[in-house]
Amino acid sequence: MDFELSEEQVMLRDTVRDVLTKTYDVETVRTVTDSELGWKRDVWNSLAEIGILGLSFSEEDGGAGAGPIEVATVLTELGRALAPEPYLDSVVVPGALISAAAPGHELLAALASGETLGAFAHHEKGDRWPVSAVATSFAEGTISGTKTLVPHGDCADHLVVSARAGDEVGLYLVDATAAGVSRTPYRTHDRRRGAQITFDGAAAVRLGSGEASPIISDVEIITQISQCAEAIGALERCLELTTEYLKTRKQFGVTLSTFQTLTQRAADLYMWLELARSMSQYAVTALAEGSADATIASRVKLQVGRSARIIGQESIQMHGGIGMTAEYPVGHYVSRLTAIGHTLGHPDDHLAALARKVGDWEMVTIA
Amino acid sequence: MQLEFSPEEQAFRAEIQTLLAKVPQELRDRNAAGKMNYPDDMIASCRILNENGLATAHWPVEWGGKDWSPIQHHILKEEMALAHVPELLAFNHSMIGPVIAQFSSQELKERFLAKTANVDIWWCQGFSEPEAGSDLASLKTKAVRDGDHYVINGQKTWTTLGQYADWIFVLARTNPDVKKQAGISMFLVELSTPGIEMRPIQLIDGGVEVNEVFFEDVRVPAEQMVGEENSGWTQAKFLLGNERVGIARVGETKVKLARAKKLAGETRTATGTLLEDPQFAARIASLENDLLALEVTQLRVVASSADGKPNPASSLLKLRGSQLQQETTELLADIAGPDSLPSSAIDATGPADIDVAEWAQRSVPQYLNFRKVSIYGGSNEVQRQIIDKAVLGL
Repeated sequence: MDFELSEEQVMLRDTVRDVLTKTYDVETVRTVTDSELGWKRDVWNSLAEIGILGLSFSEEDGGAGAGPIEVATVLTELGRALAPEPYLDSVVVPGALISAAAPGHELLAALASGETLGAFAHHEKGDRWPVSAVATSFAEGTISGTKTLVPHGDCADHLVVSARAGDEVGLYLVDATAAGVSRTPYRTHDRRRGAQITFDGAAAVRLGSGEASPIISDVEIITQISQCAEAIGALERCLELTTEYLKTRKQFGVTLSTFQTLTQRAADLYMWLELARSMSQYAVTALAEGSADATIASRVKLQVGRSARIIGQESIQMHGGIGMTAEYPVGHYVSRLTAIGHTLGHPDDHLAALARKVGDWEMVTIA
Repeated sequence: MQLEFSPEEQAFRAEIQTLLAKVPQELRDRNAAGKMNYPDDMIASCRILNENGLATAHWPVEWGGKDWSPIQHHILKEEMALAHVPELLAFNHSMIGPVIAQFSSQELKERFLAKTANVDIWWCQGFSEPEAGSDLASLKTKAVRDGDHYVINGQKTWTTLGQYADWIFVLARTNPDVKKQAGISMFLVELSTPGIEMRPIQLIDGGVEVNEVFFEDVRVPAEQMVGEENSGWTQAKFLLGNERVGIARVGETKVKLARAKKLAGETRTATGTLLEDPQFAARIASLENDLLALEVTQLRVVASSADGKPNPASSLLKLRGSQLQQETTELLADIAGPDSLPSSAIDATGPADIDVAEWAQRSVPQYLNFRKVSIYGGSNEVQRQIIDKAVLGL
């Protein structure tokens, strides 16, 4: 039983933090996320050069053969910095789908190097975790249907698309610039990008064979746990910003830290952060050991989601008016945390999922 | 990071399970049902643990300590909870034993430690006073030197299980002219000494587990002072720091929650069982999740305390642990619902002999009793202040 990072993992964390803090302060985040792309190629290339983008890929696929702990470490840093680079959406998720469905696929090396951007086109109108209809269909080499919410689908070169052929859900690879693919890009409230993508007889190649739903479920679990690791970074910064503000902001001639009504709440925020961090480390470790399942994913989504609401709302409140302004970072973190909370299940959805199976075990246990 | 316990730790756990099985099943059943016979069951259980080296594992090796890793201590606590073995006697094993071993003269160590470990002496705590609760250092009980003795005058309160105790450890003011923390000393006092009176305080659950203790010209031999004169605050802080370790009671709450879940599954509603009711199931699922997050947090704190220093994060464990203990007792009372109204037979000697389960009759008294856990050992408001100061720098 051990929840400490190894020396190498600490080095990885420090390296990523170094790259990101050189680039991002709140002003740069705002400028970059106002650009058309919404993120920075320079940063992307730096992450590629130091091997971050390839971390989760096997060495045969041109990666570093690292695991979920390393990926989570990187995501926590991206979360801390509010860095908008689409590491999870454009690399980790499509990479995980492709390597599960079609091991050794040539596209994996291109994703690992950062040259090619992927995206997972899965969510359709009316979908709400844990239900996904997959009405998009595949027949005779082409795919038709509309995927409403494709995270970073705007900039993707290749799309991994879920589609139905008869009774079977499969994963298909589609060139994002192919004929029959039309994209409507959008901005998200947390200043990220996505696209609605309509396929109208677009040429598609099947990835692997057999029912792909189990692969999709597994990658959902990876995504949920990974996003929660990103949230931990954002939560850390919310608490740091809030405590720094309490120490420096003066009202009535004294710093806010002299008011117990504020400091008692700050201590609670620390508690919610550490509980969220514990659950995140638990889930990431389970993922690394191959024991992560939908229950563990729901556990981390519930805890991190609840902590995020409390810490996010309290951070803005305790800053007062400055917390409402776009030039101050705290609100941007809260927006990001809210987006994560609405992706692949809201905390209440996960609580309901856990409640449905609560009779399946006698006592709650770690392993 | 890894979730698995090492093979050595697993072997250790198995060994602990074997040793704990030596505590008689009936005694453990009484503990599980909240019906322990005081003080006999407590003494019997502690002596078996002591005989098997489990009562003083956290003491210095010279005095029965085991030099275990923090994880090993954690495993012992967890297995005790799972096997319904009563906790050790906090006043002896967690509080005064380690203080004597750390701070007192060799003579006092030899005189007291073995008896303390074996509960041949039952200790109680004389810290809080009517005017000194969270602000413990403002205590007023005085100890004045008179030849080979100190003469103690004053009043202590919230002395838990003092009615069974033989000795009391007391904080008293030995120098009124310095900063309040700097003028305090700790004394070991036999309760049969003339001038001591113990009066029970009935609590909101109807039971008596705490007492007031009055000291009137109580003469205590000077050699029964722990360490130097006016060094008592250091010892008190050491003791309170130890008290907070393990105060989260994750194992106990887990066992209690599992029991609540079983009972909810047996409780009929208009549409099925209480456990099948989505709202109630969500309440249990939510509490389970909270408990798991706390358990992992505890393991993180345990692992990072390996250098032996108290970790300020233990305040977090106390804060959250007490909340979850309270929520679980509240849950049990709510499962009992209307059956929680009867609480005893008409003569108040035991449960009412009616068609209402005994656990249900005990549920609200326990719920009321457990309001204490966010107050004792440093109230949760004090824990937050510790977090502010030691962790957040506020």
